[in-house]
Amino acid sequence: MTDTAAANAVDYLLKRHRFRPSEALPWVLAVAAFFVFPDYMALGTQVLIAIIFALSLDLILGYAGIVTLGHAAYFGVGAYAAGMLSAHGGWNEPLTGLVFAGACAAIVGFLSGWVLLRYHGLTLLMLTLAVAILMQEMANAAEIWTGGFDGLTGITIDPILGMFDNDLWGHHYYWYSLAVLALMFYVTRRIVYSPFGQALVGIRENVGRMHAIGSPVHRRLVTVYTISAAMAGVAGGLFAQLNAFVTLDVLDFARSGAVMIMIILGGTGRLYGAFVGATVFTILEDELAKISPEFWEFGVGLVLVLTVMFVQGGLLGLWDKVSSRWIKRSA
Amino acid sequence: MQDPSAMPALQITGLNKNFGALQVARDINLALRPGARHALIGPNGAGKTTFVNLITGALPPTSGSVKLYGEDITGLTQAQRAQRGIARTFQINQLFRGVSVLENVCLSIAERTGDCNALWRPAGTGRAVIDEAVHLLDRVRLTEDALKKVSELPYGRQRLVEIAIALGQDPKVLLLDEPAAGVPSAESHIILDVVDSLAEDIAVLIIEHDMDVVFRFAKEITVLVSGGILTAGTPDEIAADERVREVYLGGSHHG
Ligand SMILES: Nc1ncnc2c1ncn2[C@@H]1O[C@H](COP(=O)(O)OP(=O)(O)O)[C@@H](O)[C@H]1O
Ligand SMILES: [Mg+2]
Repeated sequence: MTDTAAANAVDYLLKRHRFRPSEALPWVLAVAAFFVFPDYMALGTQVLIAIIFALSLDLILGYAGIVTLGHAAYFGVGAYAAGMLSAHGGWNEPLTGLVFAGACAAIVGFLSGWVLLRYHGLTLLMLTLAVAILMQEMANAAEIWTGGFDGLTGITIDPILGMFDNDLWGHHYYWYSLAVLALMFYVTRRIVYSPFGQALVGIRENVGRMHAIGSPVHRRLVTVYTISAAMAGVAGGLFAQLNAFVTLDVLDFARSGAVMIMIILGGTGRLYGAFVGATVFTILEDELAKISPEFWEFGVGLVLVLTVMFVQGGLLGLWDKVSSRWIKRSA
Repeated sequence: MQDPSAMPALQITGLNKNFGALQVARDINLALRPGARHALIGPNGAGKTTFVNLITGALPPTSGSVKLYGEDITGLTQAQRAQRGIARTFQINQLFRGVSVLENVCLSIAERTGDCNALWRPAGTGRAVIDEAVHLLDRVRLTEDALKKVSELPYGRQRLVEIAIALGQDPKVLLLDEPAAGVPSAESHIILDVVDSLAEDIAVLIIEHDMDVVFRFAKEITVLVSGGILTAGTPDEIAADERVREVYLGGSHHG
C-alpha cells in the first residue's frame, strides 16, 4: 500500500513535465483560426502578441508571486529598442531586431529588478508603477530619439527571412508572431517545470520558509524578472515591427493594467491562462470598442469583477471546476 | 588549539536582543555539542522563539555572536546559515500550502543540493532529489499523503511536513520550535517518534512545553525566563531546582 503510494508519487514527478495531448489544443486553434478567419489576421496577430506579453507576466506573477503594475515598462523598452534600431540604426532585419528588443528589455529588467525585488507588498507595487512612469517620462523627454509625444517614425522592417513582408492582410506577421509565441512558450514551459521553477512557486507560497531553507531568494527573483522582462521586450519589439510605429502608449499604465487583467481573467500560474485571458480580453476589447469606448471600459471592468468574485483561478479555473463536476457526474 | 571533536556544533556567546525598550534576549550563552539533545523551556513570552530567530539569522542580534563548528556566522544571512547546516521548524506552520507534500520536501532538498539553480531541465529528471524526498516521507510516515496538497492535510500531518522540510536540509543543527504544538495528544506521539528517531550526529535544540517529552528526550535543559537564562543542567538537576518549579513547573514533580 505504502509502496504503491510512493511509486505513484515518484511517477507523478517523473512525468509531470511531459506534454499532454490537450496541450496541442491552443496551437491547433491558432492554426485553424488562420484558415477559418483569414480576414481577421490583424486582430489575430494582436492576440498573439498579447499572449506573449501575458505569458511573460504569468512567469513572475503567477509563478513567483511578484505583483507588478508596471510590466509595460519592459514591453515599451522592447518596442522602442526594435523601433530605434531601424529608425536610427538603419538595421532592418526583424529577427535580430527582436533579439535586440529582448536584450534591451532584459538589461532594464535586471537593473530595475535588482532594486525593486528587495521590497514586497505595497512598496513593490508602487515601485513597479514608478519604473514604468519613469520610463515613459524618459521616452517623452528623449524626443530626438523616440519622437516623444508624436511617436517614433521611420521604421522600415525587412521581409522576414528575406521572404515574407508585412502584407496587407497581416498573414505573414500572424505566422511570424505565432512562431515567436511558440518559442517563448517553450522557454517559459521549460522554466516552469524546472527545479528553478519549483523554487519560484516556493517563493510565491511562502517566501519566509524559502529563506529558512537556504534559498537565495533575491537572486532567484532577479533571474526570473530579467527573463520575464526579456519576453515582454520581445512582445514589444514584435508590436513595433508590426506597426512600424511606436508611441508613448507602449509604456502606458493602461497597458500594464490590461496585461494584469488578462492574466487574472485567464488564470494565473498555469501557462495557458495567458492564452485564454489575452484572447478573450483582446477580442472583447475589439468588439466592445466598436460599439463605444465607454462600453469597452465598462465591459472589461464587469468581466474582471465577475471573475475575481466568482472564479478563483480565472476562466481556466472555472473550466477545471465545471469539467471535474461533469466527470464526477458521468462516473 | 581545541580538539575538533570537542568543538561545539553551535556556540552562542553573549547574545542580546532588544525590541525597543523590551529586552527579549539577555546575555545568552549556550553551546550545543555535536549530537546534543537539548531542551529549551520557559514560560510563554520568555523569548524562546526569538532565540531561535537569532540563531537562524531571521533576526539580527543587538550584540553577541553565533558560531557554527567554530565559524562565526553572526554576519551571515538566514539563507547562508541554512546552507551551512542550520535548520529549524516553526511554532506556527510555514509551509508551501498550495503544492503537494512531496514537492514541499523536494524543494527543501533541491535548494540544498543546488538543483534549484537549474532552469532548463525538468525537475522530474532530478531522480536523486525525488528518491531522497520519498525516503524522507517514509521516515515521517507521510508517504500516503505524498501527492496531497499541504492545505488539504489535517493540522497534525502538516506538523510532520514542517519537520520533513527541515530534515530535507540535512541539518547539522536542528532547532525545533514546539513541534507538537496544536496537535491533539492522541496524534502527537507520531511527531515525537520522529523527533526521537533523528540521526545521532545532529545537534538538536527543542522548545517544548510538555515536561514528559522534555524529560524523556533531553540530556540537557536550559530554562529561559524573561529573555535570560535562569538555569541550565541535566534533567535531574532541573527537576530538583526550586526556582524552576516556581517559575515554570508550578511546583509539580517530574523525573
Ligand atoms: N518582532 C517583534 N517585535 C517586538 N516584540 C516582539 C517581536 N517578536 C517577539 N516579541 C516579543 O518578545 C517576547 C518574546 O517572544 P517569543 O520569543 O515569541 O517568546 P516565546 O517563544 O518564549 O513564547 C514577547 O514579549 C513578544 O511579544
Ligand atoms: Mg514561541
